[in-house]
Amino acid sequence: MTNVLVFIEQRGGKIKKASFEAMTLARDLAGSLGGSTEALLIGDSISGLAPEVARYGAAKVYTVEGTAFANYSNYGYATAIGKAIEASQPGLVLFSHSAMGKDLAPRVAAASGSGLVSDATQVTAEGGAIQATKPVFAGKAYKSYTVTGTPPMVTLRPNSVTATEAAGTGEVIALDAPGGDFLSVVKEILAASGDKVPLQEAKVVVSAGRGIKEADNFKLIEDLALAFGPGVAACGASRAIVDAGWRQHSEQVGQTGKVVSPTLYIAVGISGAIQHLAGMSTSKFIVAINKDPEAPIFKIANYGIVGDALEVLPKLTEAVQAACAH
Amino acid sequence: MEILVLVKRVPATDSQIKPAADGKSYDPAGLEFVLNPYDEHAVEEALKTKAAKEGTVTVLTVGGKEAQKDLRTCLAMGADKAVLLDPGQEFDGKSLSEALAAKVKELAPEIVFCGKQSVDNDDAQIGPRLAGLLAWSCLTDAASLEIGDGTWTGQRDIEGAKEVVEGKLPAVISCSKGLNEPRYPNLKGIMAAKKKPLEEGSAELGAPALTVIALTPPPARPEPTIVGEGPDAVDALMDKLKNEAKVL
Ligand SMILES: Cc1cc2nc3c(=O)[nH]c(=O)nc-3n(C[C@H](O)[C@H](O)[C@H](O)COP(=O)(O)OP(=O)(O)OC[C@H]3O[C@@H](n4cnc5c(N)ncnc54)[C@H](O)[C@@H]3O)c2cc1C
Ligand SMILES: Nc1ncnc2c1ncn2[C@@H]1O[C@H](COP(=O)(O)O)[C@@H](O)[C@H]1O
Repeated sequence: MTNVLVFIEQRGGKIKKASFEAMTLARDLAGSLGGSTEALLIGDSISGLAPEVARYGAAKVYTVEGTAFANYSNYGYATAIGKAIEASQPGLVLFSHSAMGKDLAPRVAAASGSGLVSDATQVTAEGGAIQATKPVFAGKAYKSYTVTGTPPMVTLRPNSVTATEAAGTGEVIALDAPGGDFLSVVKEILAASGDKVPLQEAKVVVSAGRGIKEADNFKLIEDLALAFGPGVAACGASRAIVDAGWRQHSEQVGQTGKVVSPTLYIAVGISGAIQHLAGMSTSKFIVAINKDPEAPIFKIANYGIVGDALEVLPKLTEAVQAACAH
Repeated sequence: MEILVLVKRVPATDSQIKPAADGKSYDPAGLEFVLNPYDEHAVEEALKTKAAKEGTVTVLTVGGKEAQKDLRTCLAMGADKAVLLDPGQEFDGKSLSEALAAKVKELAPEIVFCGKQSVDNDDAQIGPRLAGLLAWSCLTDAASLEIGDGTWTGQRDIEGAKEVVEGKLPAVISCSKGLNEPRYPNLKGIMAAKKKPLEEGSAELGAPALTVIALTPPPARPEPTIVGEGPDAVDALMDKLKNEAKVL
């Protein structure tokens, strides 16, 4: 029971980058445990994705296929994962802490009476013991646990591991698809307009707070995000400007919004209240632009500019555009 | 319709968290405790559901005596009765959800509302775990909800989009912030709450599956650098981003 099984998340035949991060970590852990890295794909006509998973080191790729799995259902998918656990007998199951992983992992853990550490930023398997560390109190402290269960389970915070390739044999093993009533199913996906990068997956996040003065000035934030090039940056907001009705709640970063962990987070006109820091303090690099040199955001920023955001933004956008153009 | 709401008492979101002497738990001294913010949305949704479907709203927490205060807040918002279960020991997502599942079977509600996560451990496990144990449907992180006749339809945020989900009752609904605007208890509600039943008992916890090794302060961030003032500082910032952080 020393294999590590990774649930691979795909929607519409596209595998999430976070799943490759989990594969990369799984290879390390399987190494410590003396087992192999295995992966699980669930969906309709997804076996064609197996080679893509093998490239990240899967020795075996279990598949559960069928039209019943075309649309996501937490009950149906959890049952299918149960089948794969029976087949693989893993010493650890890894999920990413994505919307789907958060929905699935606790349900799968309940079925097998397993311990689950959710939103882990670090996982080890020294001497066979699975230990995981996660931010608690919205990042104000970190808690480390030993996880037990048959098997123990962990969801991994996106962007906590850099995905790297390492070829695996990728033997495909098709499992019987469970049938029956799935109790609930996704009927439709309402995609955000355009080809916007999802906030939690963006490499760069540019967020604005009350310091941008009025709703229309958010255009300057969008311009800066666009300057990084297509598919790179997303825009976020503090709760103050969400509550003011300037932006949607889906863009809010923080304790009661989204948790993001991009390579670069740019906080514009955001004071840095503890509830905002909760959503972004694990970002790799943080830039703050604020006219108040005493603003708490400067305490956690790597780089700060003291000044009027409305004056700094156009020049910064121009400079980023020039730097990212080639 | 019988409606159950699960709530938890947690340190206020602006609390400074200090590890206690045991190095495994936090020091509660001087902290202000509140109803978990997401659970306010769960109570609100339960009250809205009651208004549409009739029935009773029971709020339940597993916690110490202090949590009576938070249960009274829920009663003041409009819940009908409250249950306080003493855990008697530490618990994790597994052992707690097993205790909750046993209680749900006893109370036999048709719908259970909980918060999407408690802001102490940020686990986000209880809703879907409980649904799994009960073999019920579950809408995790609900951003909207409509309850029909034996069915529900709701939306939840996923990365860059929203999912429209349809399911059958009974169900567990874990509530997020976008779902509704929680009401404030008014004076009349606060007075009425004093007379509403608050039953106490003990939680039948399952065996835990997590052992805490340590609670530590977050890793220190590097010393901040103020690169300059106003638009003139942009060049210095670009230099740092290109040559030091290497993010461009
Ligand atoms: C239970 C609870 C949950 C919460 N959850 C969240 C959450 O998820 N996310 C969140 O963000 N907040 C959250 N908050 C709110 C949080 O406490 C703060 O109120 C909020 O983050 C402040 O937003 P802000 O920084 O935009 O506004 P302010 O605090 O008003 O800060 C504005 C900043 O802009 C600066 N400024 C002003 N003019 C300019 C200018 N011209 N150029 C540059 N800078 C300028 C000011 O110096 C100031 O620092 C929560 C609060 C509670 C109680
Ligand atoms: N001790 C508890 N008693 C009752 N309900 C709880 C308790 N802990 C968590 N919950 C519920 O489960 C939700 C998710 O919590 P968690 O899985 O701990 O993040 C919370 O928002 C509450 O609604």
